[in-house]
Amino acid sequence: MESMAVIESKSLTYTYPGASKPSISDVTIKVEKGEFVLITGPSGCGKTTLCRCFNGLIPHFYQGELTGEMIVAGKDVTKFQTHELAKHVGLVFQNPENQLFALSIEKDVAFGLENLGFSRPEMRERVDWALKLTGIYDIRDRSPHEVSGGQQQRVAIAAVLAMQPEIIVLDEPTSFLDPLSAERIFEVIHELNQRLGITVVLVEHRLDLTARYATHIVIMDRGKVCSNGDTREVLRNEETRLVGVGIPKATLLHQMLIKSGMNISKVTPLSSDELVKLLTEVLVPR
Amino acid sequence: MSIFDGLKFRKVYSPIHNLDPRIKFIYVIVIFVAALLLGSILPLLALFFLQVPFVLLARVHRQWLRSLRGALFLALFILSTNVLVKWASAGYVFLIGDLESSVAMTLRFVVLVESFSVFFLTTSPDMLGLALEQSHVPYEFSFAFTTAVRFVPVLAEEAQTIMDAQKARGLEMEKGGFMKRIRNYVPVLIPLIVSAIRRSLELAEAMESRAWGAAKKRTNLYALTLHRGDFAMLAISVIVLVLAIYIYLFIPVPLVSSLF
Amino acid sequence: MILVEGVSFKYPSGVEALKGVSLTVKDGEFIAIMGQNGAGKTTLVKHFNGLLKPSSGTIRVDGVETTKTTIASLSKTVGFVFQNPDHQLFSETVEQEIAFALKNFGFEEAVVEKQITWALNLLSLEQYRKTSPFMLSGGERKRVALASVLAWDPQILILDEPTIGQDHEQKEKLRQFILQLQTQGKTVVIVTHDVEFVAECNPRVILMNEGKIVADGEGKEILTNTAALVESSIVLPQVAQIFKKLEPLGFPSNVIDIYEAKDLLLNAWEKQQR
Repeated sequence: MESMAVIESKSLTYTYPGASKPSISDVTIKVEKGEFVLITGPSGCGKTTLCRCFNGLIPHFYQGELTGEMIVAGKDVTKFQTHELAKHVGLVFQNPENQLFALSIEKDVAFGLENLGFSRPEMRERVDWALKLTGIYDIRDRSPHEVSGGQQQRVAIAAVLAMQPEIIVLDEPTSFLDPLSAERIFEVIHELNQRLGITVVLVEHRLDLTARYATHIVIMDRGKVCSNGDTREVLRNEETRLVGVGIPKATLLHQMLIKSGMNISKVTPLSSDELVKLLTEVLVPR
Repeated sequence: MSIFDGLKFRKVYSPIHNLDPRIKFIYVIVIFVAALLLGSILPLLALFFLQVPFVLLARVHRQWLRSLRGALFLALFILSTNVLVKWASAGYVFLIGDLESSVAMTLRFVVLVESFSVFFLTTSPDMLGLALEQSHVPYEFSFAFTTAVRFVPVLAEEAQTIMDAQKARGLEMEKGGFMKRIRNYVPVLIPLIVSAIRRSLELAEAMESRAWGAAKKRTNLYALTLHRGDFAMLAISVIVLVLAIYIYLFIPVPLVSSLF
Repeated sequence: MILVEGVSFKYPSGVEALKGVSLTVKDGEFIAIMGQNGAGKTTLVKHFNGLLKPSSGTIRVDGVETTKTTIASLSKTVGFVFQNPDHQLFSETVEQEIAFALKNFGFEEAVVEKQITWALNLLSLEQYRKTSPFMLSGGERKRVALASVLAWDPQILILDEPTIGQDHEQKEKLRQFILQLQTQGKTVVIVTHDVEFVAECNPRVILMNEGKIVADGEGKEILTNTAALVESSIVLPQVAQIFKKLEPLGFPSNVIDIYEAKDLLLNAWEKQQR
């Protein structure tokens, strides 16, 4: 089966207006349809800047200097307006409160559809569908300010989902959330990826909660891509840790055990369950 | 301030709450016009009592009374200035007619506060925003309105947090002379403003990402439709307006004092 | 020392945020207060510097009841670093930002100068002395906020969610920094829901839920107490998760440190080889 790239960038370099050096340089990545990609790296590595390139906020909203190529859903971002690209790629931001504007959750979810001029019956259908998929149908009449951060992020996801994009990009969506709410958000995203085949691009620091979902990981450092490939391969690579990425404890422990000579399978675990499985293969009950 | 309590929306389910905000607004305008036309005590009292059933139906009497209480101070001010000015211009004599018209002026003010209070107490900001949208007001304005209302509690909380953060650095808001106290607000205002600017930038990003500006004709998830109650309210408003105009033109209203 | 006795607190809105909380914070302790949003953690620590006064019960900081003194006075002993540095920053330069509190507390000019230099060096900010705080990156602004509170050298330091938005390196630096403060004899209280960070620090952990203290003890014990964690909606740290699942094999379940984990597993494996 032929794989289709939904996001493809070539030597992408961007400098914010007034900045002395580029925030991202020479970024060449490819994301296939249906993938769950993790983008991570130390603060200031350019991952947030890269996210803004996916839906045209860069260069249209931020201006500045963009060179190289960024093709999303077959469209060159420099040649299409953000409102056109928004039909194909949705962007969920870090701060739950600042992406919800309406006075009821339901109206917020409909916002994008209203902008696109959908008919009322079709909006109704899509809004209800998105609310149910993200598990917030019961709170649809509430005001965004009344609900928790985790619920607010679900509203943001539902709002993007309602436009039925092929790709959803999430920029550190759980920064302000506690680990339990964060886990729930990742489960929702994972489901959207598995059940609906939506391509997911997730920018995150919390690899212990997210590495298990991604088959493809991109590590960035100081504006450049330093690793790009299969999650297990990249995370067992020493360089990843040296760049300052916090790899999952299970992965780190596994590496430590192998280094100390334990005869355990070399398949890199990404979660506690995976490591336990490997350990039970070599350890007997004592 | 208790006068503002009478303007805060309360989420209650009543026939008045369900009325179309545009119809309610027409009612407020009619009361306004009627109050202007009818400058004497008896018809103004009638207007005042006319609205009481609406207040009771809407079950907002407690807040409504609070708004009237808040307006009391201003009302007394209006009464006293009117009386004094008229007394002075009448040659320092108290004339019954003057006293009555002063009371009428005050009553007019009270009637206006009353009708605005009913409007704001029974109309939620979303309904207002929706009414604005559907009244062919440019979408930018109704969006600015609803977004502002949406963020008022957020900004209020943030202001409190900022004050706490600065108090924890030894800032004492209550201390010092007048100028010092004004300067004490700088460490609170600057973070608040900077935060508001950052917030609006993030909001703009989110709006763009949700296809803001895509279609020339924006659609709406909700639609305001008029029901029987709305037509009844409209009818009442029209009747009141017609009566007011008729009385103004043809019926000389007697002074209260002349009835005794 | 902070003594909390039977403190209850009700917000004007009617929400009962604290219900009969009692606790003692000894000098030089390192405590992590954990619990989900709304459990009352931040409400509790806001009582330590008098920002909030209890509806019932008492709080004594170094013997002084918080209701009998001012926030400014308590703040000299109890430094509070808020979660979002942007809620504090307002000055034209980093230097002025740090001087703000020092001037408020009435320190002499010479002392103010000395403390500013000390605080800047402590957090590696000397290069930004004359820079506008608004020009700095998120992580740098967080350091400026921290420096501006440390400047007056409070005995007790409260950090509200210090790890939010921080990457791995920054968290590691923060952890080292807290250890450094500890060696100076300072009392450090952090309010957080970052289990992994707390697992690495292993402080005294206090779990809160619905306005009450649910558990209080050594980090190692609390962070592996599944029942208590579930009650306060906290996730087990990953190392603890691993060992919980290895319990059937006879491993201890109260492991949170990765090096301890490695040693236990290697020992078990080596024993098997013989």
